[in-house]
Amino acid sequence: MLTAIRSQKTFDTAPLNAVLTFLSGDTLLRLTRGVIEKAVIPFLAIGAFLFLWSAGAAQVQTSLGQLPGPAMAWEQAVALYDEHKAERQKEAEFYERMEERVQKAIAAGQPQERIDRMRERGYTGKPTFFDQIFTSLYTVATGFLIGSLIAIPIGIVTGMSNTLYNAMNPIIQIFKPVSPLAWLPLVTMVVSALYVTDDPMFDKSFLNSALTVTLCCLWPTVINTTVGVSSVSKDLINVSRVLRLSWLTKTVKIVLPSSIPMIFTGLRLSLGIGWMVLIAAEMLAQNPGLGKFVWDEFQNGSSNSLARIMVAVLVIGFIGYLLDRGMLSLQKRFSWDKNAVLR
Amino acid sequence: MNPYLNIDHVSITFPTDKGPLNVLKDVNLNVAKGEFVSLIGHSGCGKSTVLNIVAGLLNATEGGVVLEGKEVDEPGPDRAVVFQNHSLLPWLSVYDNVRLAVDRVFKKTKSKAERDAWTRHNLELVHMDHALDRRPDEISGGMKQRVGIARALAMQPKVLLMDEPFGALDSLTRTHMQDSLMEIQSQLNNTVIMITHDVDEAVLLSDRIIMMTNGPSATVGEILHIDLPRPRDRLELAEDPTYNHYRAEVVKFLHERHERPKSKSKSTPPAAPKSDPEAEEAEPGSRHLRIAV
Repeated sequence: MLTAIRSQKTFDTAPLNAVLTFLSGDTLLRLTRGVIEKAVIPFLAIGAFLFLWSAGAAQVQTSLGQLPGPAMAWEQAVALYDEHKAERQKEAEFYERMEERVQKAIAAGQPQERIDRMRERGYTGKPTFFDQIFTSLYTVATGFLIGSLIAIPIGIVTGMSNTLYNAMNPIIQIFKPVSPLAWLPLVTMVVSALYVTDDPMFDKSFLNSALTVTLCCLWPTVINTTVGVSSVSKDLINVSRVLRLSWLTKTVKIVLPSSIPMIFTGLRLSLGIGWMVLIAAEMLAQNPGLGKFVWDEFQNGSSNSLARIMVAVLVIGFIGYLLDRGMLSLQKRFSWDKNAVLR
Repeated sequence: MNPYLNIDHVSITFPTDKGPLNVLKDVNLNVAKGEFVSLIGHSGCGKSTVLNIVAGLLNATEGGVVLEGKEVDEPGPDRAVVFQNHSLLPWLSVYDNVRLAVDRVFKKTKSKAERDAWTRHNLELVHMDHALDRRPDEISGGMKQRVGIARALAMQPKVLLMDEPFGALDSLTRTHMQDSLMEIQSQLNNTVIMITHDVDEAVLLSDRIIMMTNGPSATVGEILHIDLPRPRDRLELAEDPTYNHYRAEVVKFLHERHERPKSKSKSTPPAAPKSDPEAEEAEPGSRHLRIAV
């Protein structure tokens, strides 16, 4: 077989030759296997899931009608998108009309003060599904950022000092398992008590959800940073001792880079938890977001509600997945250990 | 005469779960400036502990270490260490690994350009100037150890401490590294204490070999002066009777200690009686009188 193909070379048919080599080698086999493993199998699994969902949902009758299957969920996803577009259209029209009025007022020689006031009046339509996605993302990002800014330094100092570790450990272990729903009332009361201003920069409901996220997603980062920092190779610590590096240089040049992988592991866990917590917090805090969307639809109880909640569930899952992938690619970027297998 | 480096009656005891463990007992050793000393002995006899005490990474329970008339009790770049597993920072390039040390040691005395030149110079010395931008995980074990040596040399230490620097390398790489080290040593004439398991390595590189008894309570057993002219060539020496005699002495010591760990040293000329090592070592120049043939 192989010799037959080799003999083609005598005729100097380079392209044909390449094709034949391609076919004869295991390149094709490997490619096919790759396609099967990476595309066909997941595709089949998703197909099977959709089938089971559809078949299972058909069996369940709720007070709001039949449990929606994939087809109904898809229908609602399209509807939500259309509503979003319609709402944007209305908003654009609103601003167009306002601009017209403003121009008229300017032409009529109205005082500047009044024109500014006219412009200040914003559009007050209800937030669409997509607006709520962005609110949720914004809220979780705020909560996660605050959490990380607190957790990483705490992790570093507890990792470097045994005494501090012994001091912090019980506190961490006790607060780690606390559910967001337990924190929320406390956070709400504290925010109402402390955040008193006439011209609030943030909504209280936003702060409530963001801080609840912070409280829940602190712990994985604290714990993993501590472990990462305390397990810096003893030899590298000896290097820093021989060089008599200052505490700061040692931390920046040796301890931090060495614990970056663990810090990122913590951050990924934290973000995952933060995203889960956020939905629950939004439901209770009535912060505009995906959680509130789900709650409103539940209270609404129309025949479409369950399908819309289904859409929200899938979107929440998908966004959670994207967030995790995002953190993973950040981790890959910052990790010096390019050989480490990250999943 | 004051010795350059004086390890003065050092003992160290570690607390363990089973009670205190006396690892070193009354280790006494003087090293002259520019001298290359090897510590050899069975695993676990406390060779590394001696080195770590000199480095300041460990503190002796009794006795102390005096370098140029000053006691040392904490680590510092004047006693640079080449670690067995190279201990390079994996996230820094070869250049940056050495530069970190250079910046630390010469921050005040050298300008930025001078520090750059000094870093490059030291990497040239170990023949690693072709791989400045590579990361440690992109180069071989021997190359990593070269960088480790360059980093230590770049600190311009008073004493260079090497903890089985070539122990983790294959034998061919090891011979290359030994030749490189001899070449560097002929230029810089550093004061070196090296730990080794390898008898050939010890005889080839050293001016003196310190043979340590088995632990616990290990101490200096015998001291062998190696009076072979430099530069030394391993191929020529392979058939040199003096070289082979030294080799045999070390092997004999190691074997006898292994059989009868507490036996007293024999009366070969270079053997230092345990009780009186100072008389042996006070004058490094005198070692020429002690050719053990």
